[in-house]
Amino acid sequence: MTEGGSLRVLIVGAGPAGVRAAETLLKHGVKPTVVDEAPRHGGQIYRQQPDGFKRPPRTLYGFEAHKATRLHQAFDSLKERIDYRPNTLVWNLWRNVAHVAGPKGTDEIPFDALVLATGAMDRIIPLPGWTLPGVYSLAGSQVALKYQGCAIGQKVVFCGTGPLLYLVAYQYKHAGAEVVAVCDTARLSHAAYLMPGLLAGGSTIFKGMWYAAWLKLHGVKVLNGVTPLRFEGTDRVNALRLITGRGGEKTLACDAVGHGYTLKPETQLADLAGVNFGFDTMTRLWLPAIDEYGRSTVEGVYLAGDGASIAGADAAELRGELAALALLKDHGMAVPNARMVALMRKLGRLSRFREALDRLFPVPATDVHAINDEVVVCRCEAITAGEIRHAAHELDAGEVNRVKALTRAGMGRCQARLCGANIAELVAHARAVPLEAVGRLRGQAPIKPLPIALTRKADALWALNRPDEPWSG
Amino acid sequence: MERLETEVIIVGGGIVGCSTALHLRQRGVPVILLEQGQTGAAASGVNFGGVRRNGRALEELAIAARSLEVWRSMPHLLGSDCEYMVTGHLKLARSEADMVALARHAEAQAPFGFKVEMLSRNALLARFPYFGPKVLGAAWCESDGQANPRLVGPAFARAARAAGAIIREHSRVSTVARDGERFLVVCGDDREHHVEVRGRTLINAAGAWANQIAASFGEQAVMEAWSPQMVVTEPFPYFLKPALGVVGGDVYLRQIPRGNFIFGGGYGDATLASGRATVMPKETLGSCELAVQLIPRVAEATVIRVWSGFEGITQDHLPVFGPSLTTPGLTHAFGFSGHGFALSPGVGSIVAELATTGATDVPLGPLSIGRFAKESAETPGR
Amino acid sequence: MTESQFHRVAERERPSLTLYLDGQAIEARRGDTVLTALLLARHVIRESEFGDGPRAGFCLMGACQDCWVFLDAGGRIRACTTMAEEGLRLVSKVSVP
Repeated sequence: MTEGGSLRVLIVGAGPAGVRAAETLLKHGVKPTVVDEAPRHGGQIYRQQPDGFKRPPRTLYGFEAHKATRLHQAFDSLKERIDYRPNTLVWNLWRNVAHVAGPKGTDEIPFDALVLATGAMDRIIPLPGWTLPGVYSLAGSQVALKYQGCAIGQKVVFCGTGPLLYLVAYQYKHAGAEVVAVCDTARLSHAAYLMPGLLAGGSTIFKGMWYAAWLKLHGVKVLNGVTPLRFEGTDRVNALRLITGRGGEKTLACDAVGHGYTLKPETQLADLAGVNFGFDTMTRLWLPAIDEYGRSTVEGVYLAGDGASIAGADAAELRGELAALALLKDHGMAVPNARMVALMRKLGRLSRFREALDRLFPVPATDVHAINDEVVVCRCEAITAGEIRHAAHELDAGEVNRVKALTRAGMGRCQARLCGANIAELVAHARAVPLEAVGRLRGQAPIKPLPIALTRKADALWALNRPDEPWSG
Repeated sequence: MERLETEVIIVGGGIVGCSTALHLRQRGVPVILLEQGQTGAAASGVNFGGVRRNGRALEELAIAARSLEVWRSMPHLLGSDCEYMVTGHLKLARSEADMVALARHAEAQAPFGFKVEMLSRNALLARFPYFGPKVLGAAWCESDGQANPRLVGPAFARAARAAGAIIREHSRVSTVARDGERFLVVCGDDREHHVEVRGRTLINAAGAWANQIAASFGEQAVMEAWSPQMVVTEPFPYFLKPALGVVGGDVYLRQIPRGNFIFGGGYGDATLASGRATVMPKETLGSCELAVQLIPRVAEATVIRVWSGFEGITQDHLPVFGPSLTTPGLTHAFGFSGHGFALSPGVGSIVAELATTGATDVPLGPLSIGRFAKESAETPGR
Repeated sequence: MTESQFHRVAERERPSLTLYLDGQAIEARRGDTVLTALLLARHVIRESEFGDGPRAGFCLMGACQDCWVFLDAGGRIRACTTMAEEGLRLVSKVSVP
């Protein structure tokens, strides 16, 4: 049996999964290190507003206010007893050491076990004009309101798919912003058929229906089954052009758009940790392979929450606790098996709900096949669909890393977070092969840009023992 | 199982192999190239991208001159310039001893027909006003340049294919042997996906993996696989036109017109057997510091990506290039020791010449695998 | 180029502070990110390096890296995750040697 006190566990992320993992470990005598990029814990969904802001939780988190408050309190009560490092990025993993960059510069954190609770971000499908000022990610639109008390514009359209579309529109309207329309690519016509699965999520589905009904009642257009065509404007967005569910074209004047197609996991650290990924046919994404407890294919590396696969905040709390229990068990500590069984049962129910949600709001991932050659797909490097197709076709690049090498698509500062899945779709389509046949962009450090000035603050020149090379450049 | 016959078999689809294939096809020779992964994706695709003669070993300068002709002809030859630009190259001194070494080498290079100019610190700053206080002077070669390594191997492979070469990717060679008057090269381990290729001539262009092939014919270079540690930053307004190196080689740096600084130095600890060459964070941080010492403004940039790959580094840091000493028909072209990118296009041209005419006017004697005969008996390569 | 993109809908009562873009004062409140402060005053924060038009951030959560701005003191920041501070000086262009 391992002594809990000597076990070094690093948790990356202080959202629902990371907080519950930390709490569970501490309860069993293991003091983890928690590294989080945000200044305050809570993650994206339960992100806390800055000091000095006064809105109550009910305003910020709506129906979920009690959950947010409980999570915040849970971490508040334990953060003094662990090594908690906010405002800190894990920029690389090297064997059992995390390399971090924080307010005091760069540092190293050795660990015996690693829990990655890295969360998610918007999934984006590029359209003409999507790089125009005024077009923001959907979850980002929510961050503007929740974290900054700001609307992204004065006349806002929300466009894409997923339950978040309705929630954010509701929050905007409720806060007094003008919401022009909610434009959902999903038809929602088979909601009744999916009802058994949707009900597995408890009251959540009714909350969603309530938001949609409320929006309509308050004069917000809710369009289903739309096909967005382009964002119009020259130096900022002034309209969204789309095809309605009935087939007619429509222009919605606006000065801002929140745009997103559900969420996708932030898997960059899992990749650097060397875990295996598998192709998920439902989401058409490569996801880290984990067992039902959150164990990855690398010993000592666990994944929890939406950073592993999208299952929502409730599931993330449960998965954080479950991964922590599995970790403790793997290190020879006694854990309550009954609790693990109960967690698995709850997660099973939530996964039925998630599956129904995924079917209700299918991501139109293949829509990108139809975009014009001129559309920028990789916004970091300004690489167009045409350049990607040219590489796939004329330059005979049948694999995404090769396309990246030849075009620079996915090579920029966001590490292909926004464009990776779309590049793969375009390459597969151009070559008429299954998506999984074009491979997966390899993750590379740093997972987010590392300011060189920051590296110099803490690290005196490392005692480099570089060989003398007579003929080197 | 599949059986193929050809004239020339090339093992290794780096720039050397692919350029050889193209140049052989231009001479009408049937050729099959076998590459274990994707063409141009190992050392050929992940290196720094320098195209220089400055500071290069005298033994390599005739190859470099030939290669420069190929670099200049690439738009015509490959349909792409591979982002090759003549920007000049500065080899920098950080001590008085470095300055002496640079001056001595500049003098030795003088007969080779290209200009290298020694610059004092003041002369350097007058032309390039951005160097940090540790830089004391430089050897300046205006005719040197840089290119995008990711493009070159694939471009040669496409051109070679278009010219009729058979290029098989994802074809790892499991056995090489003599089969009567011909060579037999076998790819794949299981019978079902087994490919046998027979040919009159064999070119060993297998880079860091080439010693395994040489060993099959009873000779070896003293060579290890090292993994250079590379870094690229976000775009920053373009000001650094020349590519930079230093005496000792612990850091190298360039900026491309898009704005990214590309730099590197040092090696990781991965071995060929470990599979993938990875990047050690400490080397990344060390390179950042060394780069900033050269150009302080680099401190304003942010690192967006690091990478590595395998290079075959020989004991004397010179390539193994020329006919086998044990086996007629076998030619080695590997072990370019971290500075082969500039040479490789020209190496292909020379190998093609050798394979078809049996001779070349490029002096290759000093690069023969024979120079390791004594050492390799004592110290087998890693 | 001076129309605002963002609009405050809540949390208006906070101490004010001033930051500067190219020497021009931009009023903000304590707790605003640099991006919020900029977008309350304008709708463009930079031009793409590759000539494909203006940018004004995108993900607003530190992932897409679109919203960087130069510091007058050298270096750059990601505006959506950096808090505005009194006297912070930003520039849209830096001079190079």
